[in-house]
Amino acid sequence: MTTAVVVFPGTNCERDVEYALSMVGLDAELVWHRDTDLAGADSVILPGGFAHGDYLRTGAIARFSPVMKEVERLATAGVPVLGICNGFQILCEAGILDGALVANQDLKFICKPVTVRVESTNSVLTAAATVGQVLRIPLNSYEGNYISDESLSLDGDTSVVLRYCDADGDLTPAANPNGSMASIAGIANSRGNVAGLMPHPERAIEDILGSSDGKVLFESFAASIPSVNA
Amino acid sequence: MTYRFIVQIERKPGLSDPEGATTARALTDLGFTGVEHVSFGRTITIDLEDEDPDDAMRSVETMCSKLLANPVIERYTIEAVS
Repeated sequence: MTTAVVVFPGTNCERDVEYALSMVGLDAELVWHRDTDLAGADSVILPGGFAHGDYLRTGAIARFSPVMKEVERLATAGVPVLGICNGFQILCEAGILDGALVANQDLKFICKPVTVRVESTNSVLTAAATVGQVLRIPLNSYEGNYISDESLSLDGDTSVVLRYCDADGDLTPAANPNGSMASIAGIANSRGNVAGLMPHPERAIEDILGSSDGKVLFESFAASIPSVNA
Repeated sequence: MTYRFIVQIERKPGLSDPEGATTARALTDLGFTGVEHVSFGRTITIDLEDEDPDDAMRSVETMCSKLLANPVIERYTIEAVS
Protein backbone atom coordinates (compact mmCIF):
# COMPACT_ATOMS: atom_id res chain seq x y z
CA MET A 1 0.00 0.00 0.00
CA THR A 2 1.17 3.46 -0.83
CA THR A 3 0.41 7.12 -0.37
CA ALA A 4 -1.06 8.57 -3.54
CA VAL A 5 0.58 11.92 -4.24
CA VAL A 6 -1.69 13.67 -6.73
CA VAL A 7 -0.06 15.65 -9.51
CA PHE A 8 -2.07 18.32 -11.32
CA PRO A 9 -0.70 20.37 -14.22
CA GLY A 10 1.27 22.99 -12.30
CA THR A 11 1.87 20.97 -9.14
CA ASN A 12 5.53 21.39 -8.19
CA CYS A 13 6.08 19.91 -4.73
CA GLU A 14 5.34 16.25 -5.46
CA ARG A 15 8.98 15.15 -5.37
CA ASP A 16 9.61 16.93 -2.08
CA VAL A 17 6.56 15.22 -0.59
CA GLU A 18 7.69 11.87 -1.96
CA TYR A 19 11.07 12.39 -0.28
CA ALA A 20 9.47 13.47 2.99
CA LEU A 21 7.25 10.38 2.98
CA SER A 22 10.32 8.19 2.47
CA MET A 23 11.84 9.78 5.59
CA VAL A 24 8.97 8.37 7.66
CA GLY A 25 8.97 4.99 5.95
CA LEU A 26 6.09 5.53 3.52
CA ASP A 27 6.06 4.64 -0.17
CA ALA A 28 4.63 7.25 -2.50
CA GLU A 29 3.04 6.84 -5.88
CA LEU A 30 2.69 9.91 -8.05
CA VAL A 31 -0.81 9.91 -9.52
CA TRP A 32 -1.79 12.05 -12.51
CA HIS A 33 -4.91 14.15 -11.97
CA ARG A 34 -6.74 12.37 -14.79
CA ASP A 35 -6.48 9.01 -13.05
CA THR A 36 -9.75 7.83 -11.59
CA ASP A 37 -8.67 4.84 -9.54
CA LEU A 38 -6.88 5.19 -6.21
CA ALA A 39 -7.81 1.71 -5.05
CA GLY A 40 -4.18 0.87 -4.30
CA ALA A 41 -3.70 3.86 -2.01
CA ASP A 42 -4.05 3.80 1.77
CA SER A 43 -3.63 7.58 2.03
CA VAL A 44 -3.59 10.65 -0.19
CA ILE A 45 -1.58 13.87 -0.30
CA LEU A 46 -2.37 16.85 -2.52
CA PRO A 47 0.98 18.67 -2.71
CA GLY A 48 1.69 22.34 -3.32
CA GLY A 49 2.15 24.21 -6.56
CA PHE A 50 -0.09 26.08 -8.94
CA ALA A 51 -2.61 23.54 -10.19
CA HIS A 52 -4.08 24.61 -13.54
CA GLY A 53 -2.15 27.86 -13.25
CA ASP A 54 -4.30 29.01 -10.33
CA TYR A 55 -6.67 30.33 -13.01
CA LEU A 56 -10.07 31.61 -11.87
CA ARG A 57 -9.29 30.95 -8.19
CA THR A 58 -6.64 28.77 -6.60
CA GLY A 59 -7.93 25.21 -6.67
CA ALA A 60 -11.15 26.11 -8.49
CA ILE A 61 -10.40 24.13 -11.62
CA ALA A 62 -8.35 21.41 -9.92
CA ARG A 63 -11.34 20.42 -7.81
CA PHE A 64 -13.06 19.21 -10.99
CA SER A 65 -10.10 17.12 -12.14
CA PRO A 66 -11.20 13.49 -12.59
CA VAL A 67 -9.11 12.25 -9.66
CA MET A 68 -11.00 14.43 -7.18
CA LYS A 69 -14.10 12.21 -7.14
CA GLU A 70 -11.90 9.43 -5.85
CA VAL A 71 -10.18 11.72 -3.34
CA GLU A 72 -13.59 12.76 -2.06
CA ARG A 73 -14.68 9.13 -1.79
CA LEU A 74 -11.58 8.21 0.23
CA ALA A 75 -11.95 11.29 2.45
CA THR A 76 -15.52 10.27 3.22
CA ALA A 77 -14.40 6.70 3.89
CA GLY A 78 -12.02 7.94 6.60
CA VAL A 79 -8.78 7.47 4.69
CA PRO A 80 -6.01 9.95 5.66
CA VAL A 81 -6.05 12.87 3.20
CA LEU A 82 -3.67 15.81 3.51
CA GLY A 83 -3.52 19.01 1.46
CA ILE A 84 -0.40 21.15 1.61
CA CYS A 85 -0.56 24.78 0.43
CA ASN A 86 -2.18 24.56 -3.02
CA GLY A 87 -3.47 21.13 -1.98
CA PHE A 88 -5.17 22.78 1.02
CA GLN A 89 -6.72 25.34 -1.33
CA ILE A 90 -8.03 22.54 -3.55
CA LEU A 91 -9.59 20.68 -0.58
CA CYS A 92 -11.36 23.89 0.44
CA GLU A 93 -12.62 24.59 -3.07
CA ALA A 94 -13.89 21.02 -3.25
CA GLY A 95 -15.79 21.51 -0.02
CA ILE A 96 -13.90 18.61 1.58
CA LEU A 97 -12.57 21.13 4.11
CA ASP A 98 -14.41 24.27 5.20
CA GLY A 99 -13.47 27.84 4.39
CA ALA A 100 -11.38 29.44 1.67
CA LEU A 101 -7.93 30.89 1.11
CA VAL A 102 -7.68 34.38 -0.33
CA ALA A 103 -4.89 36.86 -1.09
CA ASN A 104 -2.53 37.69 1.78
CA GLN A 105 -3.56 40.77 3.72
CA ASP A 106 -0.57 42.83 2.53
CA LEU A 107 -1.00 41.56 -1.06
CA LYS A 108 2.54 40.21 -1.13
CA PHE A 109 3.77 36.75 -1.93
CA ILE A 110 5.25 35.41 1.31
CA CYS A 111 8.23 33.06 1.17
CA LYS A 112 9.87 32.67 4.56
CA PRO A 113 10.02 30.37 7.58
CA VAL A 114 7.17 30.92 10.02
CA THR A 115 6.39 29.45 13.39
CA VAL A 116 3.15 27.59 14.03
CA ARG A 117 1.67 26.18 17.21
CA VAL A 118 -0.03 22.80 17.44
CA GLU A 119 -3.61 23.42 18.61
CA SER A 120 -5.05 19.92 18.45
CA THR A 121 -3.70 16.42 18.00
CA ASN A 122 -6.97 15.07 16.66
CA SER A 123 -5.83 14.94 13.03
CA VAL A 124 -3.68 12.97 10.64
CA LEU A 125 -1.41 15.99 10.57
CA THR A 126 -0.77 16.36 14.28
CA ALA A 127 -1.49 13.00 15.93
CA ALA A 128 2.17 12.47 16.86
CA ALA A 129 2.76 16.06 17.99
CA THR A 130 1.88 17.66 21.31
CA VAL A 131 -0.53 20.53 21.92
CA GLY A 132 1.43 23.76 22.30
CA GLN A 133 4.41 22.46 20.36
CA VAL A 134 5.96 25.22 18.23
CA LEU A 135 7.21 24.27 14.78
CA ARG A 136 9.34 26.30 12.37
CA ILE A 137 8.22 25.60 8.80
CA PRO A 138 8.49 27.56 5.53
CA LEU A 139 5.46 29.39 4.18
CA ASN A 140 5.34 29.97 0.41
CA SER A 141 2.09 31.45 -0.83
CA TYR A 142 0.16 34.44 -2.10
CA GLU A 143 -3.32 33.12 -1.31
CA GLY A 144 -2.66 31.91 2.23
CA ASN A 145 -5.15 34.09 4.07
CA TYR A 146 -7.68 31.69 5.57
CA ILE A 147 -11.23 32.89 5.90
CA SER A 148 -14.47 31.22 6.63
CA ASP A 149 -17.93 32.71 6.44
CA GLU A 150 -20.06 33.21 9.50
CA SER A 151 -22.14 30.12 8.88
CA LEU A 152 -19.12 27.96 9.55
CA SER A 153 -18.21 27.23 13.11
CA LEU A 154 -14.59 26.28 13.49
CA ASP A 155 -15.45 24.60 16.75
CA GLY A 156 -18.01 22.37 15.08
CA ASP A 157 -17.28 20.46 11.90
CA THR A 158 -13.82 21.89 11.60
CA SER A 159 -11.03 21.92 14.12
CA VAL A 160 -8.04 24.23 14.06
CA VAL A 161 -4.86 22.18 14.21
CA LEU A 162 -2.16 24.81 13.60
CA ARG A 163 -1.99 28.55 14.29
CA TYR A 164 0.68 31.07 13.34
CA CYS A 165 2.54 32.16 16.48
CA ASP A 166 5.74 33.85 17.54
CA ALA A 167 8.85 31.93 18.58
CA ASP A 168 7.50 31.63 22.13
CA GLY A 169 4.23 30.16 20.93
CA ASP A 170 2.19 33.32 21.53
CA LEU A 171 -0.50 34.38 19.06
CA THR A 172 0.21 37.98 18.15
CA PRO A 173 -0.92 40.08 15.17
CA ALA A 174 2.74 40.45 14.14
CA ALA A 175 3.14 36.67 14.10
CA ASN A 176 0.20 36.25 11.72
CA PRO A 177 1.97 36.60 8.36
CA ASN A 178 -0.98 36.73 5.98
CA GLY A 179 -4.01 37.98 7.91
CA SER A 180 -5.58 34.56 8.38
CA MET A 181 -8.71 34.52 10.51
CA ALA A 182 -7.81 33.63 14.10
CA SER A 183 -4.20 33.05 12.96
CA ILE A 184 -5.25 29.79 11.35
CA ALA A 185 -2.46 27.93 9.52
CA GLY A 186 -4.04 24.49 9.36
CA ILE A 187 -7.39 22.82 9.92
CA ALA A 188 -8.90 19.35 9.96
CA ASN A 189 -12.38 17.93 9.63
CA SER A 190 -14.11 16.79 12.82
CA ARG A 191 -13.14 13.18 12.18
CA GLY A 192 -9.51 14.24 11.85
CA ASN A 193 -8.77 12.16 8.74
CA VAL A 194 -8.69 15.14 6.38
CA ALA A 195 -6.33 18.01 7.10
CA GLY A 196 -4.87 20.97 5.26
CA LEU A 197 -2.18 23.52 6.02
CA MET A 198 -0.56 26.43 4.19
CA PRO A 199 3.10 26.03 5.35
CA HIS A 200 5.27 23.36 3.71
CA PRO A 201 6.35 20.68 6.22
CA GLU A 202 8.10 18.75 3.43
CA ARG A 203 10.58 21.63 3.23
CA ALA A 204 11.47 21.25 6.91
CA ILE A 205 12.15 17.55 6.96
CA GLU A 206 15.84 17.45 7.94
CA ASP A 207 18.35 19.80 9.52
CA ILE A 208 20.21 20.46 6.28
CA LEU A 209 17.07 22.27 5.08
CA GLY A 210 17.21 24.63 8.05
CA SER A 211 14.62 22.84 10.13
CA SER A 212 13.38 19.32 10.73
CA ASP A 213 10.25 20.48 12.53
CA GLY A 214 8.02 19.33 9.68
CA LYS A 215 8.97 15.72 10.27
CA VAL A 216 6.61 15.25 13.22
CA LEU A 217 3.71 16.16 10.92
CA PHE A 218 4.70 13.44 8.45
CA GLU A 219 5.21 11.04 11.37
CA SER A 220 1.67 11.91 12.41
CA PHE A 221 0.45 11.15 8.90
CA ALA A 222 2.28 7.81 8.86
CA ALA A 223 0.94 6.88 12.30
CA SER A 224 -2.60 7.61 11.09
CA ILE A 225 -2.53 5.01 8.33
CA PRO A 226 -4.19 1.87 9.72
CA SER A 227 -2.03 -0.60 7.78
CA VAL A 228 1.12 1.02 9.11
CA ASN A 229 -0.13 0.72 12.67
CA ALA A 230 -1.21 -2.89 12.25
CA MET B 1 -29.00 32.00 -31.26
CA THR B 2 -26.01 33.25 -29.32
CA TYR B 3 -26.72 35.05 -26.08
CA ARG B 4 -24.19 37.17 -24.24
CA PHE B 5 -24.04 37.25 -20.47
CA ILE B 6 -21.95 39.46 -18.21
CA VAL B 7 -21.17 37.76 -14.92
CA GLN B 8 -20.02 40.05 -12.14
CA ILE B 9 -18.34 38.37 -9.17
CA GLU B 10 -17.50 40.25 -6.00
CA ARG B 11 -16.30 39.51 -2.50
CA LYS B 12 -19.12 38.98 -0.01
CA PRO B 13 -19.68 42.03 2.18
CA GLY B 14 -17.94 41.82 5.51
CA LEU B 15 -15.03 39.74 4.28
CA SER B 16 -11.68 41.49 4.15
CA ASP B 17 -10.75 43.03 0.80
CA PRO B 18 -7.23 44.43 1.23
CA GLU B 19 -7.00 45.58 -2.39
CA GLY B 20 -10.22 47.56 -2.10
CA ALA B 21 -9.28 49.03 1.28
CA THR B 22 -5.83 50.10 0.05
CA THR B 23 -7.31 51.72 -3.06
CA ALA B 24 -9.93 53.55 -0.98
CA ARG B 25 -7.13 54.94 1.21
CA ALA B 26 -5.14 56.04 -1.86
CA LEU B 27 -8.18 57.82 -3.33
CA THR B 28 -8.75 59.61 -0.03
CA ASP B 29 -5.05 60.57 0.12
CA LEU B 30 -5.39 62.05 -3.37
CA GLY B 31 -8.07 64.37 -2.07
CA PHE B 32 -11.22 62.58 -3.21
CA THR B 33 -13.55 63.10 -0.30
CA GLY B 34 -16.39 60.85 0.67
CA VAL B 35 -14.91 57.58 -0.59
CA GLU B 36 -16.67 55.16 1.71
CA HIS B 37 -15.94 51.83 0.13
CA VAL B 38 -14.01 50.37 -2.79
CA SER B 39 -14.20 46.72 -3.72
CA PHE B 40 -12.65 44.69 -6.48
CA GLY B 41 -14.40 41.99 -8.42
CA ARG B 42 -14.14 40.05 -11.60
CA THR B 43 -16.11 40.32 -14.81
CA ILE B 44 -16.62 37.27 -16.98
CA THR B 45 -18.24 37.56 -20.41
CA ILE B 46 -19.87 34.42 -21.73
CA ASP B 47 -21.28 33.92 -25.22
CA LEU B 48 -23.61 30.96 -25.14
CA GLU B 49 -25.35 29.23 -28.01
CA ASP B 50 -28.82 28.08 -26.99
CA GLU B 51 -32.29 27.86 -28.48
CA ASP B 52 -33.99 29.47 -25.53
CA PRO B 53 -32.82 32.57 -23.61
CA ASP B 54 -34.25 31.29 -20.33
CA ASP B 55 -32.42 27.99 -20.69
CA ALA B 56 -29.26 29.92 -21.45
CA MET B 57 -29.70 32.03 -18.33
CA ARG B 58 -30.26 28.90 -16.24
CA SER B 59 -27.06 27.38 -17.65
CA VAL B 60 -25.06 30.46 -16.70
CA GLU B 61 -26.62 30.37 -13.23
CA THR B 62 -25.39 26.79 -12.84
CA MET B 63 -21.95 27.74 -14.16
CA CYS B 64 -21.72 30.42 -11.49
CA SER B 65 -22.79 28.27 -8.59
CA LYS B 66 -20.66 25.32 -9.66
CA LEU B 67 -17.41 26.87 -10.84
CA LEU B 68 -17.23 30.60 -11.53
CA ALA B 69 -17.92 31.82 -7.99
CA ASN B 70 -16.95 30.36 -4.63
CA PRO B 71 -20.08 30.68 -2.47
CA VAL B 72 -17.98 30.74 0.70
CA ILE B 73 -16.41 34.08 -0.17
CA GLU B 74 -18.14 35.48 -3.25
CA ARG B 75 -21.49 36.55 -4.60
CA TYR B 76 -22.43 37.18 -8.20
CA THR B 77 -24.86 38.84 -10.55
CA ILE B 78 -25.69 37.83 -14.10
CA GLU B 79 -26.75 40.30 -16.76
CA ALA B 80 -28.12 39.20 -20.13
CA VAL B 81 -26.94 41.79 -22.63
CA SER B 82 -28.14 40.37 -25.92
